[in-house]
Amino acid sequence: MSPVASVKTLKIDGRDLSGRQEETILDVARQNGIFIPRLCEMEGLSDVGACRMCLVEIKGQNKLLPACVTTVEEGMEVTTNSPRLEHYRRMILELLFTERNHVCSVCVSNGHCEMQMLGQRLGITHVHFPYRYPQEDVDASHDRFVIDHNRCILCTRCVRVCDEIEGAHTWDVMGRGINAKVITDLNEPWGSSETCTSCGKCVHVCPTGVLFEKGRSVAEMLKRRQFLPYLTLMRKENE
Amino acid sequence: MSKKRIATVWLDGCSGCHMSFLDMDERLLAIASAADLVYSPLVDAKEFPDNVDVTLVEGAVSSEEDLHRVQIVRQRTKTLVSLGDCAITANVPGMRNPFGTIPVYDRAYRENVSFDPGIPNQVVPALLPTSRPIHEFVPVDVFVPGCPPSADTIFYVLTELLEGRQPDLSPRTRFGA
Repeated sequence: MSPVASVKTLKIDGRDLSGRQEETILDVARQNGIFIPRLCEMEGLSDVGACRMCLVEIKGQNKLLPACVTTVEEGMEVTTNSPRLEHYRRMILELLFTERNHVCSVCVSNGHCEMQMLGQRLGITHVHFPYRYPQEDVDASHDRFVIDHNRCILCTRCVRVCDEIEGAHTWDVMGRGINAKVITDLNEPWGSSETCTSCGKCVHVCPTGVLFEKGRSVAEMLKRRQFLPYLTLMRKENE
Repeated sequence: MSKKRIATVWLDGCSGCHMSFLDMDERLLAIASAADLVYSPLVDAKEFPDNVDVTLVEGAVSSEEDLHRVQIVRQRTKTLVSLGDCAITANVPGMRNPFGTIPVYDRAYRENVSFDPGIPNQVVPALLPTSRPIHEFVPVDVFVPGCPPSADTIFYVLTELLEGRQPDLSPRTRFGA
C-alpha cells in the first residue's frame, strides 16, 4: 500500500461507504455485502469488463458503467439494481444463452455453473431471442482436461489466470466478434501444447462447463476457486 | 363450480417430464378432484379437445407433426405451459441442430440398420431443419424449466393455475434442474 492512502467516500444503493482510490465499485460493494452480478471478473485476476453483467448506474451520468473496472470517486452515487439494469442484465445473459449451445441438463457443471445460477437469480425462465445453435468444437487431446467450446462465454478467465498467475500464457483469444474463441498456443490442439504446464488453474476458474477434468460426467465437475485470492495475496506480500 | 379441464402433450422429449408428473403420486388425487385430465399420453383420448383450461407441453418442436400439434393445442387452450427444458430451449433434442437433418437420418435409418436401410417417406413425420423451443412458434403463457421439473414444481404450477394464480417459478426451478 502506498504511504499516502487516499480514501474516497461514496454512496452505493443509498449507503454511505468508503474505499481506497484504486479500488473499484465492485470491490467496495463486495466488501460491504452488496451483490453485483458478474461472470468475467474474479478476485485475484485483472479486470477486463468483458461480460457487462456488473453494469451500474452512476448519478449524473447517462451511460451505464461496469463496476469491475470503474474506480471509486469522491461523492459518487451508485445504484446497483434498478428495473433498467435488471432488463439489460437479463438481456445480456439471454444473449449468452443463445450464442452457443448451453445444454444445462447434460453439462458437467450442471448445478455448479455461475451462468446457470445467475440465470436463476435474475429470474430467467426462458429466452426471448432465437437460439443460434452454432457448430462448435470439443478438444479432448489433453491427457487430463477437455475444452468444450459450446459452453464458452468468452469471459477470458482462463486466458488471464494462465498468463498472470501461472505465467505460461498458453491460452489466448482468436478471431473477432461472433467468431472469437479461446485457443491454446497458436490454435493448436491442447494436448500438443508446448507451453501448457497442466496446472489446471484454467479449469477451476472457468465459470461454466467449458473446461473440465476428463472423466467427469453430468453435474460432476466441482470447481475449486478459493486458491486464487489466496495465491494472489501471498505473492503480493512477498513482493 | 365446474371442474377445470387440463391436458398434457408429449412432443420431442424423453417423457421424463411426464414421469415427473406421475411422481406427484398421491397428490394426483388432489389434482383429479379439481380437474379432469381430458387429453394426455397417459389417457385414451385420441383427439385434442376444445376448451382446455391448462395444457402442459413437454418437448421441443422437431417435426412437422410437432408443429401441427402445438398449433392445435394453442388454439384450444387457455393457458399453455412449456414444461421442461426441451419445450423451453430445445435442450437435448436441439443438440442435432448444428449438424442438419441428413446426419440424423443417416444415423437412425442407415448406419445402424441391417434390414432395408433408408429414410422413411411415410408414417414417420418429416423433421424440421432444426429442433426449436415452443415459444418460437406459438405464444406460451408459463415457462417451467427443469430436466425434468420436479414433481413438487409441477404440483405447485398446477395448483396455482387451477386456482387462478400466476406461478412464480424462478425460486423453485432452473435450466437443468
